[in-house]
Amino acid sequence: MYKIASKKVLNSFVTQMEIEAPLVAKKAQAGQFIILRVDENGERIPLTVAGFDREKGLVKIIFQIVGATTNKLNQKNAGEFIADFVGPLGNPTRVEGLKRVCVIGGGVGCAIALPVAERLHNMGCEVDSIIGFRNSDLLILEDEFKAVSDNLVVTTDDGSYGIKGNVTMPLKEALESGKQYDEIITVGPLVMMKFVVLTAKEYNVPVTVSMNPIMIDGTGMCGGCRLTVGGKIKFACVDGPDFDGYQIDFDEAMKRGTTYRDFERHAYEENCNLFKKEVK
Amino acid sequence: MANMSLKRNEMPTQDAKIRATNFCEVALGYSEETAIDEALRCLNCKNAPCVSGCPVNIHIPEFIEKVKTGDFEGAYQVIYKSSSLPAVCGRVCPQEKQCESKCIRGIKGESVGIGRLERFVADWHNAHTTENIAKPQSNGKKVAVIGSGPSGLTCAGELAKKGYEVTVFEALHTAGGVLVYGIPEFRLPKAIVQKEVDALKALGVDLQTNVVVGKTITIAELFDEGYKAVFIGSGAGLPRFMGIEGESLNGVYSANEFLTRNNLMKAYLDGSDTPIFKAKHTVVVGGGNVAMDAARTAKRLGSDVTIVYRRTEKELPARLEEVHHAKEEGINFAMLTNPVKINGDQNGWVESIVCDKMELSEPDESGRARPVKIPDSEFTITADCVIMSIGTSPNPLIKDTTEGLEVNKYGGIVVTEETALTSLKGVYAGGDAVTGAATVISAMGAGKTAAKSIDEYLKNV
Repeated sequence: MYKIASKKVLNSFVTQMEIEAPLVAKKAQAGQFIILRVDENGERIPLTVAGFDREKGLVKIIFQIVGATTNKLNQKNAGEFIADFVGPLGNPTRVEGLKRVCVIGGGVGCAIALPVAERLHNMGCEVDSIIGFRNSDLLILEDEFKAVSDNLVVTTDDGSYGIKGNVTMPLKEALESGKQYDEIITVGPLVMMKFVVLTAKEYNVPVTVSMNPIMIDGTGMCGGCRLTVGGKIKFACVDGPDFDGYQIDFDEAMKRGTTYRDFERHAYEENCNLFKKEVK
Repeated sequence: MANMSLKRNEMPTQDAKIRATNFCEVALGYSEETAIDEALRCLNCKNAPCVSGCPVNIHIPEFIEKVKTGDFEGAYQVIYKSSSLPAVCGRVCPQEKQCESKCIRGIKGESVGIGRLERFVADWHNAHTTENIAKPQSNGKKVAVIGSGPSGLTCAGELAKKGYEVTVFEALHTAGGVLVYGIPEFRLPKAIVQKEVDALKALGVDLQTNVVVGKTITIAELFDEGYKAVFIGSGAGLPRFMGIEGESLNGVYSANEFLTRNNLMKAYLDGSDTPIFKAKHTVVVGGGNVAMDAARTAKRLGSDVTIVYRRTEKELPARLEEVHHAKEEGINFAMLTNPVKINGDQNGWVESIVCDKMELSEPDESGRARPVKIPDSEFTITADCVIMSIGTSPNPLIKDTTEGLEVNKYGGIVVTEETALTSLKGVYAGGDAVTGAATVISAMGAGKTAAKSIDEYLKNV
């Protein structure tokens, strides 16, 4: 069992937790992920590491409440326990030698982009960050990004905060104005990452994308997380989760992501009703 | 008096129609009377050819002699001297290719049902034993075992009995390895595996789940923490795909994923949060035990199922009993058939699978007849689910994080066969991590060999 050391609501859909997992905290690096199970009947879900405190043995996770499992997790409070927490899995984001980087986060993906931006900033790299949300209510981690970025742009789809539009607009502007980046690192919805890649392509800037497909074991055993990368099958858990954005078949990845959509919706609704009943 | 019947006693099973709709165990096991009757078919040969067919050399005639007299606990003790997981092996060993293939009774008639007797004896012991396992006196030497599958459990058990302080590191949340994530409940009830794991814990073995060696901790760090020797029993690893068009469509699974969802995560039960796609028409590609397990699982989830294999039934690598059971349960066998492409619908879901008809030609380097495509023989099978069960390649996690660990060109860990020693001092390996996908019993044999070597090595440290 793994103790929830702290819990913080970031917005009505996104929660942050720190989990006591000293072995994971000791090894975790930006870009890696963990797999957790809430309880004995729980499914295994991957979440990318949002931070860690090696001394205190804590690993930070930030998750969006999208299905039955994340809903269940969100019902837990600080001081309570979850059944399983294993990691760190996957490869850390490669940052060696980078001098100027644009970090682009979308929605809850910002939680994963932040430790990467932090790492780059701490090694003296110039960091421009662009973080995008659907609206101002969903905005998270603005101050944290500000602290580690040389420039920060916030976008919202509806213009309720920052620049109206999506993250590719300020990116295009920057590239158009002659801004040079060694690399663009992006984490967020597949469709967003796809368009970041398409935008960057015109200017020939390398793009690293962080993929978060369906997984079970996270150690290479099941093959459920496979992606087509450069025409070859790759497993996100052992070969990734970061990949060269130019090589990813995003359309296929988006389709694969919908495999259990109906099941999840059903499970989520059932789960929600259950909690409603408890409230009565 | 010897029982000279040419036929062995049949194994009572659940009715095929009923069992194809549930996940309860298929084979029900011999009764005491049937077991004694079957034991009486054994001629107690002086040279005991059956023993040489057993990878862990169980003293087969000796245990069967005890069964004849109704001394079932005595029989168990004979088996237990050589095998630490008899209830498992009695169920999943390919006996017809091992001990039973050497049985004299098999020359004219059917061989003695050695596997069935082993299972009976193990189950009898588990049902009747009252002994408490005593934790042996510790010798203070720490050994790390990576993986809690058949090789790891065996190695851990053997060392614990000798007084070593053994810690088993398991990557998943439940111990048992392939015995819990791979082999289905209807073939090997999980309670049996749990019993073996509990017995290990009673011996003082420390079991740590959720530790991925190579990620959470490395082998070098294990030595830093005071472990004097390490056994790697991390299993077979990454599932193979054919490399044909359409393998990333929704509804295409590796057998590992399909079985893990159902076995480890219990997706077939209502209370489980893990989803599984319940197909109408499933095609399983491959002919091994894993393919049979996947096919029979899909059947139980309500799908009609076709197994597609590029050679003939004679070459199927699966245990005879599995093939037989699968057929009884109504699974179709499309032999001499090789997939070339999977078609999908506009939403990215599987619609059908296109195959070539094959014929057998000259034997290849493996000694098996090589399947060759019959020109213009392409045909289509309707399917909404395809399960690829064509083997695995070794997992890179340990190799990539262990400097100096030698692997072969397939990525399997190189060991000296007699000792299970790897290229690194104090590091031993066995099971599928060395051989690639093989049997439970051969993995156990390797775990046993390694335990013996580790003991010899650490005696002098």
